[in-house]
Amino acid sequence: MSLGSVPLKYKISIDRDQCMKCMRCVDNCSYGVYRIENDKILIDSRKCTACHRCISMCPRDAINLQEKPVDYRSHPLWTAEAREDVINQARTGKIILSGMGNARDYPIIFDRLVLDACQVTNPSIDPLREPMELRTYLGKKPAKLEFTKNNGDIDLKTKLAPNLKLDTPIMIGHMSYGAISLNAQLSLAKAVAKTGTFMGTGEGGMHESIYPYQDHTIVQIASGRFGVDIDYLERGAAIEIKVGQGAKPGIGGHLPGEKVCADVSCTRMIPLGSDAISPAPHHDIYSIEDLAQLVRSLKEATEWKKPVFVKIAAVHNVAAIAAGIARSDADAVVIDGFKGGTGAAPKVFRDNVGIPIEAAIAAVDEKLNEQGIRNKVSLIASGGIRNSADITKSIALGADAVYIGTASLIALGCRVCGNCYRGLCPWGIATQKQELVDRIDPEVGSENVANLINAWTLEISELMGAAGLNSIESLRGNRERLRGYMLDQGLLDVLKIESVGA
Amino acid sequence: MCGIIGVIDRTMSRMDGSSIKEALSLMDERGSGEGAGYVAYGIYPDYADCYAIHVFFDNLLEPKTMVDKILQTWGRVVHQEEIPTYEQPGLKKEHIPWRYFFKPYTDLMVGTTNPDDDNVKRLVMSINSTVEGALIFSSGKNLGVFKASGWPEDVANFYRIEDYKGYIWLAHNRYPTNTSGWWGGAHPFNLLDWSVVHNGEITSYGTNRRYVESNGYDCTMFTDTEVVAYLFDLLGRKHGLPSETVVTALAPPFWDEIDEMPEKQEEFLRTLRLTYGPALMNGPFAIVVATKDGIVGFTDRIKLRPLIVGENGSRLYISSEEAAIRTMDPEVKTIYMPRAGEPVIGRVTI
Repeated sequence: MSLGSVPLKYKISIDRDQCMKCMRCVDNCSYGVYRIENDKILIDSRKCTACHRCISMCPRDAINLQEKPVDYRSHPLWTAEAREDVINQARTGKIILSGMGNARDYPIIFDRLVLDACQVTNPSIDPLREPMELRTYLGKKPAKLEFTKNNGDIDLKTKLAPNLKLDTPIMIGHMSYGAISLNAQLSLAKAVAKTGTFMGTGEGGMHESIYPYQDHTIVQIASGRFGVDIDYLERGAAIEIKVGQGAKPGIGGHLPGEKVCADVSCTRMIPLGSDAISPAPHHDIYSIEDLAQLVRSLKEATEWKKPVFVKIAAVHNVAAIAAGIARSDADAVVIDGFKGGTGAAPKVFRDNVGIPIEAAIAAVDEKLNEQGIRNKVSLIASGGIRNSADITKSIALGADAVYIGTASLIALGCRVCGNCYRGLCPWGIATQKQELVDRIDPEVGSENVANLINAWTLEISELMGAAGLNSIESLRGNRERLRGYMLDQGLLDVLKIESVGA
Repeated sequence: MCGIIGVIDRTMSRMDGSSIKEALSLMDERGSGEGAGYVAYGIYPDYADCYAIHVFFDNLLEPKTMVDKILQTWGRVVHQEEIPTYEQPGLKKEHIPWRYFFKPYTDLMVGTTNPDDDNVKRLVMSINSTVEGALIFSSGKNLGVFKASGWPEDVANFYRIEDYKGYIWLAHNRYPTNTSGWWGGAHPFNLLDWSVVHNGEITSYGTNRRYVESNGYDCTMFTDTEVVAYLFDLLGRKHGLPSETVVTALAPPFWDEIDEMPEKQEEFLRTLRLTYGPALMNGPFAIVVATKDGIVGFTDRIKLRPLIVGENGSRLYISSEEAAIRTMDPEVKTIYMPRAGEPVIGRVTI
């Protein structure tokens, strides 16, 4: 017996008085919501993903979108989502796939943290008049300075390990060519070059049009080893081993064959149209010492000239794992929180596995500090960072820098519709269809992304100045400048912060 | 807002405490009558090779019994006595100041190249965090801190600091905000040979504190100043950096300046900043630090608190106010204002 259809997610309507039948909605919707019949624009709302492409292109503001137009009988446990998932799985017998980050209504810790500002006893600093230093170095730092005294001069014995120099603590996280389009990746690459920071290539190799910006890239090695050869390693300013991802800790990745076009197949070094499947573990990393070996191998291959990062998902034992990584030759640990985005992840993972980034940063920083090895690695946080306040709070909790992902895509047009895995992204981001990819002009796109980074950098400067800090080192791990608002004692203890008013 | 003043006689000729009392009292509008203190170097020549451990006891029963026991386990108490005090109408005696002259057993500390200092440092940290009713506020050799809640002149008279003669003096007039008139919260702060007086607020305290804690220090005084003493102890004593370099690590030049420097200097400062990033001190401050070898004064990187220097022959003065220096030494020859972050150093020359 048929299960029938589930109700519409969104209902699209057109104000026919306003509409001038310019057909932009028809042309722009790659999901096929609109069609023309007898000179009339017809609507198939069931296909709508709420990507807002049509709405943003309509010159008359004639399109309206309503979410959940059909009510279920309300029930606190059996939500509409719970019921629909059951219906879908009863129909297919499959794992439910989802895009973007965790969509469960968990509390957002960032929104329960408040920052400090100076009044009277210490003057705030105006970044327009005084120097404000956001320059950040990522990599190993010496535990102490070694030197020899030479007739009153000091001769340095300490030689710094290679560090990445960032003009702002904001980097763009790993989104591979394949998961996103070349024009999207090119826009990000141009933006990080303009703003003096870095972007991750993701596990997809490096397309030759990114080469001019390679000094601003961090090349990724993931379990599938796609696109990896010595040229790739040497092109990056740093190398990142991806062990896990916040959106789907513990499992691998799957790029569907439809997304593997000729260019993607060349860049990834895989056959045209074949599925690119990254296994769950790296098959040469079954223990922490195996990881340390891989780090050393990559260092040897690149003559110890490049920092090597290790990215892990924020899981329960993240602090101990990070302490293990800090003891290897790795230069930075990347922690990806459970709200991190993704092109495609099983919904059950995305919504249920891992821990929030705020707690992970605090736990890792605390553990490394406690063991006296905080200087051995930089700490890069990612996963659900939405604005400059989230970044400032992350650094105050102990991060050196952050990766942003979703936010940089929103700067390219993404409206977080969460259908990335379908390859039909009407904004030209998560797709390889040339007519859609062409919707992004990398010049304009990079301008928008650079604007975002610059705007956030300005806001961080202002927040620091208000807190009486003129150097980002003095914000890092400065939990005295954070207070928890309506957080429970357990979480305050984990974050090592006081409550508001304390 | 607080008032600070420090003086060194570079030939180690000793001065009694009467003139610094006058100078500090002149800056009463920088204080609130809730805390003042003095430290002097060279005051205990008869016990010069002993650690002079000054303790505030709430009573001489349990806390003192415990401290006696701990000290006698880890070393030998050569002499001990109550620090002489003289009742002042404006000062309530809340603690009993006591002093021990102490020699640690060298062979009890392992895993260190400096067992005596590390032994005493550990005792200070552990007594202050575990023995209720006892607070060690001074622990160096041949030096002593004298502090209490009250106006500078009352505190000076309470201890009769004119009876002590030292070649270095630091003094502090407190306007408390973080902790009220608690005796332990008054300056100077001392650990081993390091003493600190501080006007200001350290906005990077959380970062600095985590850094020193990760290096084995415990912050027990509930105020940001103690972290300065620990930073100097860590960078200066343990890591062996010269005083100028410690100051440069705590208040380094801006990157824009460093980028323009000759290669060797650029590399040195970049390495220093990367190594000691968590030690960088932010916020408005003027600080004078003393050791037995000299004093160093400096301000934050944009000089949000005043600091002025005077010189007269072998004497170097560092203070919040020119008037205070002139009160101490009407004959002072040179007066100048150092730049932001610039270390002002007075070293013993004999």
